Amino acid sequence: MSIELIIGILNIVLISTTPLVFAGIGELVTEKSGVLNLGLEGLMLVGAVTGFITLVLTGNYFYSLFLSIISGIILSGIFAFLVLNLMTNQIATGLALTIFGIGLSAMLGKKFAGTPIDGLNPYYFIVISFLLVFLVGYFLSKTKSGLIVRAVGENHNSAYALGYNVIKTRYLTIIFGGVMSSLAGYYISICYAPMWQEGMTAGRGWIALALVVFATWKPWRLLVGAYIFGGVAIMQMNLQAFGVELPGQFFNMMPYIATLIVLVFISSNKVRLKLSAPSCLNIPYEKNS
Amino acid sequence: MKKQSLVLVVIAAIVVIAGIFFITNQNIQKDVSDDQKKIGFIYIGPPGDHGWTYMHDVGRQYLEQELGDSVSTTYIENVPENADAVRSIRKLAESGHDLIFTTSFNYMDQTLEVASEFPDVKFEHATGFKRADNVSTYSARFYEGRTVIGHIAGKMTETNTIGYIVSFPIPEVIRGINAFYLAASKVNPDVKIKIIWVYSWYDPGKEADAANTLINQGADIIVQHTDSYAPCQAAEKAGVLAFGQASNQEAFCPNAHMTAIEDIWGPYYAAKAQAVVDGTWSSEDTWQGFKDGMVEMSPYNEKLLSSDLIAEAKAIEEGIENGTIHSFEGPIYNQAGELVVKEGEVADDGMLASMMFYVQGIDGEVPQ
Amino acid sequence: MIKVQLREDYSNLIFYLSPLVAVALTLFFGSFIFLILDLSPIESFKIFFISPISNSYGISELFVKATPLAIIALGLSYCFKNNIYNIGAEGQLTMGAIFGGGIGLLFNDSTSVFLLPLMILFGAIGGAFWATIPAILKTKFNTNEILTSLMLTYVALFILDYFVVGPWKDPAGYGLPKSMPFPDAGRLPVLFDGLRVHIGVYFAIIICFITYIVYNKTLFGFKLKVSGLSSKASKYAGFKYKNLIFYTFIISGACAGLAGLFEVSGPIGLLYRDISPNYGFTAIIVAFLGRLNPIGIILSSLLIALTYLGAEDAQLFLKIPSAVGFVFQGLVLFFLLGTDFLNKYRVFIK
Repeated sequence: MSIELIIGILNIVLISTTPLVFAGIGELVTEKSGVLNLGLEGLMLVGAVTGFITLVLTGNYFYSLFLSIISGIILSGIFAFLVLNLMTNQIATGLALTIFGIGLSAMLGKKFAGTPIDGLNPYYFIVISFLLVFLVGYFLSKTKSGLIVRAVGENHNSAYALGYNVIKTRYLTIIFGGVMSSLAGYYISICYAPMWQEGMTAGRGWIALALVVFATWKPWRLLVGAYIFGGVAIMQMNLQAFGVELPGQFFNMMPYIATLIVLVFISSNKVRLKLSAPSCLNIPYEKNS
Repeated sequence: MKKQSLVLVVIAAIVVIAGIFFITNQNIQKDVSDDQKKIGFIYIGPPGDHGWTYMHDVGRQYLEQELGDSVSTTYIENVPENADAVRSIRKLAESGHDLIFTTSFNYMDQTLEVASEFPDVKFEHATGFKRADNVSTYSARFYEGRTVIGHIAGKMTETNTIGYIVSFPIPEVIRGINAFYLAASKVNPDVKIKIIWVYSWYDPGKEADAANTLINQGADIIVQHTDSYAPCQAAEKAGVLAFGQASNQEAFCPNAHMTAIEDIWGPYYAAKAQAVVDGTWSSEDTWQGFKDGMVEMSPYNEKLLSSDLIAEAKAIEEGIENGTIHSFEGPIYNQAGELVVKEGEVADDGMLASMMFYVQGIDGEVPQ
Repeated sequence: MIKVQLREDYSNLIFYLSPLVAVALTLFFGSFIFLILDLSPIESFKIFFISPISNSYGISELFVKATPLAIIALGLSYCFKNNIYNIGAEGQLTMGAIFGGGIGLLFNDSTSVFLLPLMILFGAIGGAFWATIPAILKTKFNTNEILTSLMLTYVALFILDYFVVGPWKDPAGYGLPKSMPFPDAGRLPVLFDGLRVHIGVYFAIIICFITYIVYNKTLFGFKLKVSGLSSKASKYAGFKYKNLIFYTFIISGACAGLAGLFEVSGPIGLLYRDISPNYGFTAIIVAFLGRLNPIGIILSSLLIALTYLGAEDAQLFLKIPSAVGFVFQGLVLFFLLGTDFLNKYRVFIK
């Protein structure tokens, strides 16, 4: 195997894994504060389509990125309002958000499907994704605000007793997650495969969810995990092209089975669990109680 | 919760539903006018996919244009291939459509189920093999196009490595790989094809990854049997060559796109619709290629291909049209070295329809 | 200033009024969407909500669509009441289809009247089996069941894929990823000739009835309620919390497995990819919309099924893209979920 070949493979892994890193790091912060957002797929699609449409209409990458982020803020804001203020069930609301996002993105993008655009260089985003992981890691472990996020996710009642604003914290983490998802979508439709097609994220939002768990809610592990997930997929393609036949279904199952094993491993030890999983995940917070 | 109130709510709900039922049953009339035939289409994806469904929709528009006021057309898009498909097909039949095209393989049993209930409605199922008195099947000999692009690829490759991205191991796809390889190896015995199964008809990201992987492994031509134009875009970016899929995709990759195999459904749709208008429709199995215009090559890219090569490609098209060339001419051996098509013979349609083996020279196995 | 206050009393009036508020909001915002699309709102709502069920076939289809949703959601309500979030019903449904459908393929020349009951039994076992995995992981290793059940869904889908592409592929099927059809003895009887509504409806009604009894009249239902409020309280009361987790997972898995088997042995008749249009996930929404109440679940399953049928009719009669149907459905769900708030809180203007 020549060195060029290996560099080439790494390059492809970098390009294809980045959306997982974006969506995963956002969801990680959201979950750290105790909120489970299953609407990633919908958020990604809407982020992808708003970015694409704006680029087609204005030809300006900055505007398109900006509007894509705005779409993430609005949609995740709706989710936050429902689960935080109206205290709806997070799982059901996240699923509803997915349905809504799939529909909205397809409806908006109808007239724009198949418009050719000039893609953006993915390397900017790859660098940003690494920086983000680093920043989130620093934020969660070293800053006071990060501590508040973790405290809120660990036990919202004591966080409230300590004088932290649970609702406000969660609003911010949900919106951060939404922005990251829309960035992931933007990356897919503008850099990774520059086009718009209905449902083009093809389930990556769900893999990002698995990834957060696989990473045991730790940013740097999320980065490693994302590259393991992405690397396995690309390795499988390389092996195929080398003529090694693999049962496709079992390879596709791998990320999920690996996540299950990691889950069991971290959960079986109480101490380990306490260090990673936010205890208040999916538990609604009622201010008056 | 109080039981009485629950019972009340249930009764109220039933009354409301029943009421709605009786009121609206008279209101919704079926606008069946005798002089205009209604033609319906069931699509697996959105017409904007620039691949499979897009070409069926182009065919539908052609039909409308050709037949003018004597027909009107409707389509239902994104119909899943499960129990829901029956309802969509039936809705078309029930709302007075005279001819219904179901344009994906997995609508086969669903189409037959509805057809048995509506004997007066004609059905046309794409790429299937089960027929009935009011159900025809139709498909295109896409593999003839694969012979043309195989020839071009064999001549154009410098690394002698061709990357081939495929969706699912079904006869249609295997047939394409074989036809492509037979043509390519005929003009270039050293040619090797590297195959990647992505197990999806449609995942632009994965298709782009596969294309990049193949290019990285030395492929200088990318061939695809998946639906998005991501592989062609990836080829454009990497500076290698590619062929489009299903429709002309030159707009998305002008410096990579040599030609594409286009699915031309319009004339067939127009002919079948005309037959319904004239009352001469009958159930049949149609499998057409270059000869009847159901498969066409997109304009050859003159920036990339020499005029000699374009002439050769056109000669193959012509040869297939007039029967002097066949995509599967003997002798053809399978991977085990057994003779499957004898010298001087061509593969019959039965063998083509159920082809699940690679011909000799292709590495790897057909995934099971 | 709008003020919000926790309700001290439980209001029956609001309980029934809140869905109406949701409907009103949907009508209001939906009108906007239709006006933007240049459609008459009244005509559009008629297409969405009335035209799909304006004849006997439409009503039958409503039940075809609502039956799996109701059966799965009823099963899930056991878990959710116990504050156990099994969101892997889609995987359990798939396993039910594999187990039950596998029996149908194994005895593919059988004409025995026992074939269908055996398939139904294995469907339930398959679903229950797949649900015991997260249950074991939860009780033995304290693993978060939301995540394990979700991961297992994908594993189940790939297993189905493996079978229909490999060992169970129909030899006469031209190599396509489909199994051979089940024998007639393995097909679910329909209730009326020419309509697809099948005996699964009876199962849904029976399960609803049993669930109602369990929740209101039995100790098990009481235990669920107590442990749902607080797992500590149930320990004090001497309930074996771990057993409760097992029971609820098995019940919900069996229900999902049943729904999967009904889908393949009813309307579909064989096994292949894509047997379910996400029934397992949609049923989660159905369960919460029905406020985890058996009768509420039946009503909400009918409502959600209606939005699906409406979206199909809208494509045909209004000529709008299928996406609009999804948007509209998403809105309905947001409003229905959101107005649950009125049950817990009193809203007033000060």
